[in-house]
Amino acid sequence: MRITQGCFSFLPDLSDEQISKQVEYCLENDWAVGLEYTDEPHPRNTYWEMWGHPMFDLKDPKGVMMELAECRTAHPQSYIRVNAFDSERGFETVRMSFIVNRPDNEPRLTMTRTDVHGRSQSYSWQAAHRG
Amino acid sequence: MTETTEQIADVPEAPSAAIDSVDLSAEFRESGVKEILDELDRELVGLLPVKQRIRETAALLLVERARKQLGLSHQTPTLHMCFTGNPGTGKTTVALRMSNLLHRLGYVRKGHLVSVTRDDLVGQYIGHTAPKTKEVLKRAMGGVLFIDEAYYLYRPDNERDYGQEAIEILLQVMENNRDDLVVILAGYADRMDRFFSSNPGFRSRIAHHIDFPDYTNEELYLISEGMLAEQNYAFTPAAETAMREYIDLRRNQSHFANARSIRNALDRARLRQANRLFESANGPLDAAALSTIDEQDIRMSRVFSGGLDTDKPGSPRP
Ligand SMILES: Nc1ncnc2c1ncn2[C@@H]1O[C@H](COP(=O)(O)OP(=O)(O)OP(=O)(O)O)[C@@H](O)[C@H]1O
Ligand SMILES: [Mg+2]
Repeated sequence: MRITQGCFSFLPDLSDEQISKQVEYCLENDWAVGLEYTDEPHPRNTYWEMWGHPMFDLKDPKGVMMELAECRTAHPQSYIRVNAFDSERGFETVRMSFIVNRPDNEPRLTMTRTDVHGRSQSYSWQAAHRG
Repeated sequence: MTETTEQIADVPEAPSAAIDSVDLSAEFRESGVKEILDELDRELVGLLPVKQRIRETAALLLVERARKQLGLSHQTPTLHMCFTGNPGTGKTTVALRMSNLLHRLGYVRKGHLVSVTRDDLVGQYIGHTAPKTKEVLKRAMGGVLFIDEAYYLYRPDNERDYGQEAIEILLQVMENNRDDLVVILAGYADRMDRFFSSNPGFRSRIAHHIDFPDYTNEELYLISEGMLAEQNYAFTPAAETAMREYIDLRRNQSHFANARSIRNALDRARLRQANRLFESANGPLDAAALSTIDEQDIRMSRVFSGGLDTDKPGSPRP
């Protein structure tokens, strides 16, 4: 099941050249670019592992692409995303985030309904990893 | 350096006769290279051999670009360079302009300069160096990495020195990322030579060796005038004479650093001028008074009383 979160996730996977251009866009906006990876793509899992530090003061996307290559070598079967952080007062948040690596077999998200009091139900989602 | 000429001879001769559909002089005008070279001529005093080498490099790159346009066999030329020369001879200043020039010619994508020394590349403990060096390299991508006093990277007396690790990463990137960044090493000629003989990998990756000569007294005087003009100051005729004598004496005293000594001397002269104005003025001062460096502002320097070891560049004294 194709996980969709962040920008572009309804599009076909970006090529490296396209990723590089998006990073260029982030750098032009003075956003700090960082990489994160996880094998737990549950939508509530907001804290992915950081791959190194966010990169400040980059002028060119090549630096990010080098890190991405290393991260892919280390975690080929993980999700990897690019985050662009805007430190400008009032934003101080991630302005753009997109997935740049997926495992060959993506887990399926399943939903479970649980009856609680009366007729109310609670819902939960699980990322089911297929062996 | 004999090696320099060999390196240039390696590069294929410009087939100027064969090219009839590329207008080199138009390329030259349009690339904006001309402005940079003119600016270099105008703003930097002296440095004739350096300017000549930069012009040659620019010509080579333009020809390479024309060859590429015509589909002739071409090879991204190796642009890593080594600048040698005494302190204050303008190496950093020229490196900054070099990055701009390479950018105009399309050889680096962004054209910024990242200037580092050993401490920015080499870590304090195991596992610290590689991330540090990579961090710097990532910042330098698309521009020029300037490594000042590069020989400090290599400490032959300590075989476990982490500098070696930084050197290896640098060598790899200089080879594999030739399209992504240009590395310029700088330092004193003799130490640089020794560094290269113990690190042949570096020597073979560097095609351009540019030597920065010391400035003549006349050049130093012109530099001092230029620096003053930049800050809206000027010498009186008597101060000019004093400045010329100052340069003559300063050159033979310790810690002489060419143009940097001049900059420091002028900083101190401005300090003395300000003090003089404070102590002597008892009425309104006009712009001319505020921007005039007088003879005594120069002559009060210790340089005229034989100079002192304590008269180090960078330590202003009244
Ligand atoms: N040709 C020149 N014309 C005008 N100013 C100059 C010239 N050369 C150097 N300067 C000035 O002198 C100062 C020192 O120059 P720079 O820092 O480039 O020297 P450097 O060779 O890098 O010295 P170091 O080896 O000590 O690092 C700078 O302030 C620079 O602006
Ligand atoms: Mg310098």
